[in-house]
Amino acid sequence: MSNIPTELRYTKSHEWVRLEEDGTLTVGITDHAQALLGDLVFVETPEVEDTFTSGDDCAVIESVKAASDVYSPVDGEVVEGNEALADAPEIINHDAYGDGWIFKLKPEDDGAFSELLSSDEYAEIVAEEDH
Amino acid sequence: MKETPLHDLHVSLNARMVDFGGWDMPINYGSQIDEHHVIRQDAGMFDVSHMTIVDMKGDNVKAFLQKLLANDVAKLQREGKALYSCMLNEQGGVIDDLITYYINDTFYRTVVNASTREKDLAWINKQAKAFAVEVTERDDYAMIAVQGPNARAKAHKALGDDAEDKLNEMKPFFIRDYGDIAVARTGYTGEDGYEIMVPEKDASALWTRLLEAEVKPCGLGARDTLRLEAGMNLYGSDMDETISPLECGLNWTVAWEPTERDFIGRTAITKQKEQGVQRKLVGLVLEGKGVIRNHQKIFSNGEEVGEVTSGSFSPTLSQAIAFARVPKDMPDTCQIEMRGKQIEASVVKIPFVRNGKSCL
Repeated sequence: MSNIPTELRYTKSHEWVRLEEDGTLTVGITDHAQALLGDLVFVETPEVEDTFTSGDDCAVIESVKAASDVYSPVDGEVVEGNEALADAPEIINHDAYGDGWIFKLKPEDDGAFSELLSSDEYAEIVAEEDH
Repeated sequence: MKETPLHDLHVSLNARMVDFGGWDMPINYGSQIDEHHVIRQDAGMFDVSHMTIVDMKGDNVKAFLQKLLANDVAKLQREGKALYSCMLNEQGGVIDDLITYYINDTFYRTVVNASTREKDLAWINKQAKAFAVEVTERDDYAMIAVQGPNARAKAHKALGDDAEDKLNEMKPFFIRDYGDIAVARTGYTGEDGYEIMVPEKDASALWTRLLEAEVKPCGLGARDTLRLEAGMNLYGSDMDETISPLECGLNWTVAWEPTERDFIGRTAITKQKEQGVQRKLVGLVLEGKGVIRNHQKIFSNGEEVGEVTSGSFSPTLSQAIAFARVPKDMPDTCQIEMRGKQIEASVVKIPFVRNGKSCL
């Protein structure tokens, strides 16, 4: 079974989102997504000050097996990319919800976070995919 | 989906299982990259029971194989010796690549790919008729490949008390019986090791003894990056029935002498050789970051000139590597179109890695 922490919000495209105390959002890919991709060997994070609309592709992750886009979960501006991933993309495999975060976003609308999928809703999507 | 006799063991070892040409096979048991390194540095094993073992027997079996294969089994002078060859159609295209073991004058064994099983058996049986050769698929065998610098020592422990005495002297590219088991010093990784053909009923017990001897289970994901680093072609990706051995780096497997040996496809590839082979298979190393994928386009001087036949990430080199089919006069550098951008790549000699060390 995939690990799906309840305090996070999710997207259908397998990103997780954490609301930080300062109102920024930290984004990564879920444990389910990293397991599907297998060993990651390359991550391209977005540039600080890049702005995205919800659903834009904003990062690229490549595993031995496949390349995958990471989509912006909400409208917003990038405030930080995880530079550690450039030399050690496998952090995402080992700690998808912790050190494996990909970028931080300042959302345009503070309410956007609560409109994302809950852990239960995301768990249903994963369960459907496994069938 | 078809399952090998080791299927339940893979599941119990938490393997990620995938559809591999109709077989439910392990792609990895956690980390494909860790499994790759284990084989370069120590010892790992693959379940390759999906591959097809075919025994061929009869008084005319040698003459039959001299007709069937582009390489010449007459090179096999000592019993147990193995030969890598292509099996061609009349047009010179590759039906399959395979290994043939010379057991004795009336008995040869060959191992062909899993994905080509049906057409191979049909073709072999069709050609065998004129030679009265008896063709038997040995689906009563499972096959475990144990590979890596420590693979043979660990396999000896797992096989039995006298295995080291009986097998240690066997040279690379030979096969020998060990009780009910056939042990071949062959593989598809660029490392030393064995491919062990074991009766189905004994396969699980052998796998378990290999685990106890600290041979790590490895999935077919690692097998693919290992063979790519080692410069070994994959049927269906690097060659197929429209590609001759001269166009996929396998010239060395064609035995042109003696000239009177009339193997299937000879006329077609002789003509191709005389007219000049227009395409070749090269090794590529990506200069930037990213991973090369199958079918990405190759550009040279702004023109599309070919495509990637096998692309991946090399765990040993920490760089993307590939085979690509390109024109014969290709310069030393090219560009690969990856995700909408053209990325620089260098043409290099194959193999990329030999015995655990970079060849670049």
